[in-house]
Amino acid sequence: MFENLLKYKKYRYLSLSLILIVSAAVIYLTQGIEQPANGGTWQGYTLGIFSAFLVLLLTYLGIRKRSYSSRMGTVEGWTSAHVFLGTSLLLIATLHAAFQVGWNIHTLAYVLMIAVILSGFYGLFTYLHYPQVMSKNNNGGSQESWLQELAQIDDEIKNRSGSCRAEIRLLVLSAIENTKISGGLFSQLTRSDNSKIKIQSESDKYTSNKNQERVISYLARALPNSLNHAEASAIDGILSKFSRRQRLLKIIKRNLQIKAYLKVWLLFHVPLTIALLAALTVHILVVFIYW
Amino acid sequence: MPQNKFKVVIIGSGPAGLSAAARAAYYEKEHGESSAHLLLEAFSGLSKTIYQYQKGKHVMDEPGFLNLRSPMEFAAGKREEVLQAWEQGVQQNGINIQYEKEVIGITGEQPDFTVTLKDGKKITTENVVLSIGLQGNPRKLGLPGDDESTFVRYTLEDPDEFEEKTIVVVGAGDAAIENALGLAQNNTVYIINRRNEFTRAKEGNLNAVLSAINNKSNQFFCQYNTNVKSIQLPQSVDEKGAIVLDTPEGDLSINCDCIIARLGAIAPRRFVESCGVEFPNDKPDSIPDLDNHYQSNVKGLYIIGALGGYPLIKQAMNQGHDVIEFIHGKEIKPADHPLLEQQFKLLPYVMDAQDILELYQQRVPMFKRMNALAFRELIIESNIVIALDEQGYQEANKKQELAKAKNYSKFTKLIKAGDKIFKKEEYSNTFYTIVEGEVSLTTEEGKSFKLKAGQFFGEMSLLSGRPRKTDAIAGNDCILIETPRRIMLKLMNSNDEVAQGINRISTVRALQEAFNPNLSSKEMLALAATVKMVEFKANETLFKEGEKGKHLYLIRLGTVSLAKGIKHNKRVTTQLQSGELVGQLALMGNPTRTHTAVAAVRVEAFKLNLQQFLTLIKSNKDQIKVLQSDLADLMQKSNLMGSVYESVDINKFLLKQGLGEATNALVIDENLCVACDNCETACAETHSGIARLKREQGDSFAGLHIPISCRHCEQPHCMKDCPADAIHRADSGEVFIDDSCIGCGNCETNCPYDVIKMSYDMPKKPGLLAWMFLGLGKGPGELGNPVIDAKAKDKGKKAVKCDLCKDLKTGPACVRACPTGAAIRISPNDFVDLVEGR
Repeated sequence: MFENLLKYKKYRYLSLSLILIVSAAVIYLTQGIEQPANGGTWQGYTLGIFSAFLVLLLTYLGIRKRSYSSRMGTVEGWTSAHVFLGTSLLLIATLHAAFQVGWNIHTLAYVLMIAVILSGFYGLFTYLHYPQVMSKNNNGGSQESWLQELAQIDDEIKNRSGSCRAEIRLLVLSAIENTKISGGLFSQLTRSDNSKIKIQSESDKYTSNKNQERVISYLARALPNSLNHAEASAIDGILSKFSRRQRLLKIIKRNLQIKAYLKVWLLFHVPLTIALLAALTVHILVVFIYW
Repeated sequence: MPQNKFKVVIIGSGPAGLSAAARAAYYEKEHGESSAHLLLEAFSGLSKTIYQYQKGKHVMDEPGFLNLRSPMEFAAGKREEVLQAWEQGVQQNGINIQYEKEVIGITGEQPDFTVTLKDGKKITTENVVLSIGLQGNPRKLGLPGDDESTFVRYTLEDPDEFEEKTIVVVGAGDAAIENALGLAQNNTVYIINRRNEFTRAKEGNLNAVLSAINNKSNQFFCQYNTNVKSIQLPQSVDEKGAIVLDTPEGDLSINCDCIIARLGAIAPRRFVESCGVEFPNDKPDSIPDLDNHYQSNVKGLYIIGALGGYPLIKQAMNQGHDVIEFIHGKEIKPADHPLLEQQFKLLPYVMDAQDILELYQQRVPMFKRMNALAFRELIIESNIVIALDEQGYQEANKKQELAKAKNYSKFTKLIKAGDKIFKKEEYSNTFYTIVEGEVSLTTEEGKSFKLKAGQFFGEMSLLSGRPRKTDAIAGNDCILIETPRRIMLKLMNSNDEVAQGINRISTVRALQEAFNPNLSSKEMLALAATVKMVEFKANETLFKEGEKGKHLYLIRLGTVSLAKGIKHNKRVTTQLQSGELVGQLALMGNPTRTHTAVAAVRVEAFKLNLQQFLTLIKSNKDQIKVLQSDLADLMQKSNLMGSVYESVDINKFLLKQGLGEATNALVIDENLCVACDNCETACAETHSGIARLKREQGDSFAGLHIPISCRHCEQPHCMKDCPADAIHRADSGEVFIDDSCIGCGNCETNCPYDVIKMSYDMPKKPGLLAWMFLGLGKGPGELGNPVIDAKAKDKGKKAVKCDLCKDLKTGPACVRACPTGAAIRISPNDFVDLVEGR
């Protein structure tokens, strides 16, 4: 029932791309010996015009994706075409350039195109790989459900900490308040944990509570030293809640990391595309002016 | 000393009696007579029933489409205002009223009645108008301990008497709702409704009770589909007692300080009968037979108001006015007469609307014995449809256009002969009764049969919520009564005869469709009369695997799921829907049940034994092969699903998510979803800025995610109790909310899947260029936190839900906007593919 974007309509766009590649190769090979393969032959022009058309078509995905009531195919179809036609562009544009490179605007456009396509390949990899990783990480739950559970656990910890001595109560509260779930893109990607805790019996300053390890080890050590039964049972309860908290934070952070992976490549793919469009425009103008 | 004889004595100073007395006083003045009328009231003030309403209660003036026709004033307002206006009216109109005069007997006939009072006084009169209402005779709970006490009450005068108590109000009528709402300000209140909707309530009350139930901050709860099982009286005055309820989820005991039962009232029948008035049957709620002049079988004895079967104030007051006109020999038409005239206008009769009404009631056996007033109401709430040939249609259409310009609210509905009244697979659910001509129904197999005047159709979809199974084609000049779902359900709830009539025929038709027997209609009716209809609550078991079975079930409503294996290893293999058979194998070879059958939602089913089954199939041997082949298909499918041990849990999960009752649900493959939320954005962008699905929320199992999004249920939970009748099902199946939503939040509460939310109108987005170059508003795909403007706030929050993008030619935008193919929409028929594909 579900069809991933590569298999879309029984590999419709893979087939189309193969046809295009073969046709391009045939056109390329018809270039004679008198006039070596070049972007300037009629074959070269044909391939060039076609490549430019492909670039526009591929870029149009960005518009189609946001035309929500468009009747022009589905976004999945467009994405599938985007992937396969983009891949074929790698070859067709190379044939248009006839393997000639140099320090000029033409090669800049070519290199930018390669960069866009390569970043696209990475994006495709994340699209095919990470959803499964995220599904496994969530194991039936969702980011929302984890965050809800976390909030609930925090409330429970706050309630239970009422039966503990002030020192532990403050420590537990500071651990909750200074838990950092999300930071900038970089910290999401690296899953760095800047959570802190203030242990007043030790110092007035905040210390690291990475992965909630500090608070858990403190509570575990405090348990045998509790003042009375009530406190012991409260600390025990809080300890187990913090352990669950540790697990939840891990799942949540992993989700954030995966979502970041799924998005970060676009930060290269899209600006590079814009640069490519600019370079391509100049390339075309230059070709016509210096005919 | 013999007193002078009155022209008319009116008994009871309720709205009907007051209005009658005022009109009688008018005639008295006009004719220059004195003491021609007398109004007797047993209580010390006017209108005891209304006097006993809660303090400050809002008295309503339903039905809205009806005009008031009475010398007494009446408009919706507080109880005190209404009573004060009437007291003034008594003075102004010169009504001759005597208080604290209880009537204990009426004897004689027109023009020689003797009315005997409790104090022994006798009054003679030519005519009697009985307008004593029903109060003073409440219907009881019918359980041990239900006598009126401080714990169980049947009236409530002052809700302020209670504070910080837990009170259970039993009943779903206006009185129950008003009491419950009055108490809710200072107490915890439960209202017990034995049905799943408040069908009997007036619109204003309906809105108020629903918003109280929906307001989560209130201690106000409603138990639907619930009956009272028993009551435990408190041990002492200060202690709480308890009420045990039979709910769809099992027994529920509520400790409470007081039970207020408002179950309506029963006519003070003994007294009425002692006056010589006859009742049509022995049912406790039966009302005396009256003619069009409200005259009973005793000539000169007129009955109006609630006792005559019409409890609404405005209607009662109009009747009071009209009855005096009749007594004075004036033939006047009831106040709703113009509505009827408009409805009948394009019918080919040269007859008065009243006569047409009577004719139609006689045409339809099921309606024949209905109270004439109730039938009148049914017609006014229905459409009258006429099918004309091309020429007739064009001519009638021209007349219609002229009438429309005059701003009438009712019209005859025109269709062309030969047109389809409804089509196969269409999701409409109105009910049709033929009063003239023929309608032919064509089934999927191309079989066609004709229905004639007096017969009805369309009951299957009304009862099951499933799409139509036949095409209904209008014959030339046929005339139909098209009754909306809500009105029909109300009628079936209040009139057993109609309910039985419809059930009987629908049983015959369901059996005919399932078994295709060759029996005469007489034989079929006889058989149908022996077939039992059984009801199962959600999760209730029909039968268990391994049991010996003697019955098969034919589902009328709901979904039954079949499972194999026991306890922890139970694997759901199939689900069956209305029109399908369950457990037929027990009667077709193997008496041991091979599956456990459980009701996935509330189920109504016909239960057939071997004898009945044999009678049906013996008459048509060919059908045995069809049944066998269907059974073989079912067993093959079920065993296939039952053998994929890893996957059947998915089926269980899907059923738990309500996909068993879904017709079209969004499912996301987690292994493909890249969390881009383009589905949600697309939804918002195509629906004025408000997304109707929440991708991230909702449950997941084995990589399948069911987001919060409308399932377009077979029997949409949201549709019940929509006071504005704003939720509809398009013929192609989409359940949607139209602009008439009043924002009561009832659908939001009723939806078990949380897919409806209340929302303000979102600001309009600027054009692409204005956004791009002037930086106005939000761009495509940007949602953020929109600023709600004053106009939208003024309009208030309205319910929004998925409409399956019925207005987009391409179909649901969510699915089309998914870049990776992770989002699809499925119906229960796709389960096998979905599960097998995992």
